[in-house]
Amino acid sequence: MSEHAHDHAHDHPHRHPPQPDHPEPASDYQLMGVALNELLIEKGVYTAAELRDRIADIESVEPETHGARVIAKAWADPDFKQLLLADGNAAITGLGLNPGYTVLTVLENRPKLHNVVVCTLCSCYPRTLLGRPPTWYKSGAYRSRLVREPRAVLREFGTDVPADVEVRVHDSNAELRYLVMPLRPAGTDGLSEEELAALITRDSMIGVAPPLEAQLQV
Amino acid sequence: MIPRFADGDWVRISLRTERRHHRVPAYAKGQVGVVERVCDDLFHPPEEIAFGDAGRWEHVYRVRLRQTDLWPEYGGPEHDCLELEIFEHWLEAADE
Amino acid sequence: MDTSSSFASQRIGPHDMGGLPAEAIDRREHDAAYWERQVDAMVMLLFGKGVITDFAQVRRGIEALAPDVYERLSYYERWASAAADRAIEQGLVTREELAERVAAIRKRTAL
Repeated sequence: MSEHAHDHAHDHPHRHPPQPDHPEPASDYQLMGVALNELLIEKGVYTAAELRDRIADIESVEPETHGARVIAKAWADPDFKQLLLADGNAAITGLGLNPGYTVLTVLENRPKLHNVVVCTLCSCYPRTLLGRPPTWYKSGAYRSRLVREPRAVLREFGTDVPADVEVRVHDSNAELRYLVMPLRPAGTDGLSEEELAALITRDSMIGVAPPLEAQLQV
Repeated sequence: MIPRFADGDWVRISLRTERRHHRVPAYAKGQVGVVERVCDDLFHPPEEIAFGDAGRWEHVYRVRLRQTDLWPEYGGPEHDCLELEIFEHWLEAADE
Repeated sequence: MDTSSSFASQRIGPHDMGGLPAEAIDRREHDAAYWERQVDAMVMLLFGKGVITDFAQVRRGIEALAPDVYERLSYYERWASAAADRAIEQGLVTREELAERVAAIRKRTAL
């Protein structure tokens, strides 16, 4: 069973670093994390079962089943879309999902507006809908460059935004968490919400890539 | 609690030195922009909550800045923008 | 890019990265190691238990790292460090206990 929670349906090449046969010796800080966890359990701050459950909860959040489901419903249902844009937390709670303790704010792409999200100061991310952020989202390079040269960064992701479309960068620097609502692709009128959700990638909800195109029906 | 600023107001993000934990990136300090929205909820200023619950609540605003104002060498079109969230105590009224 | 532009002088910590010059983005993805998922869940649990009441309390620990340490540590190492600071501050563990336990773990996992 795959342990990672990202989709393979984006078209830029990537590979996971191979697992070494002999892992690097653990760093002091890595061991500090392990040691702290052991001590906190021994001192009754939380139990080992609570920790295991929390790890499982975190792992269970995937962009495909959470974020994409929300966006697909917004594409299909105008009333839901209106609520989602006006009050993200209420809309998401209404679907039985957890908006988190922050203000979930959905950014609607339009034909002349392309939204993209970063957290320059740390790595704030809509985790309850997209799971853990990808390594590149947390990287110094992304955090440094997206605010200053967003179009060049988008091009690195294979996304070219025409000059007549506004690129709007959102620095998630305080209390809001952002989810981009990509433009619904052409030729998707007959699709179910589930089929629509399959087109909505994690990268399209961060804003670095468009959603997938609908497959041509022969 | 009445927000000091409203949607569409021109504001300056304060340019001051703050040694405590705060959430105003350096690139935004001193910049002038427009209030895109007054956020609905009230929040604790990070400078205070980082050290315990100070009990104070404050308005937060999404401020829209022009990329060509932020970066002198910005290569993209004039209409490109950046938006970020700023606590009220980091904002001053500005002229257009 | 001009690193001597005035805003760079406003940075008060290594975390304040917006607008700095940087290299191409490495888009390879890494599965989180088990210890990383443990750190992640531990921080969330500490929040749930009220040891952390706002993430500002951990972020400031990360931001207080010396710039060279900040650069050297991985994302979850930084969170482990900040979580430890907070736990110590809240009187849940002492720095000595933590250091002793780190040494013990090293000993028992040594080949």
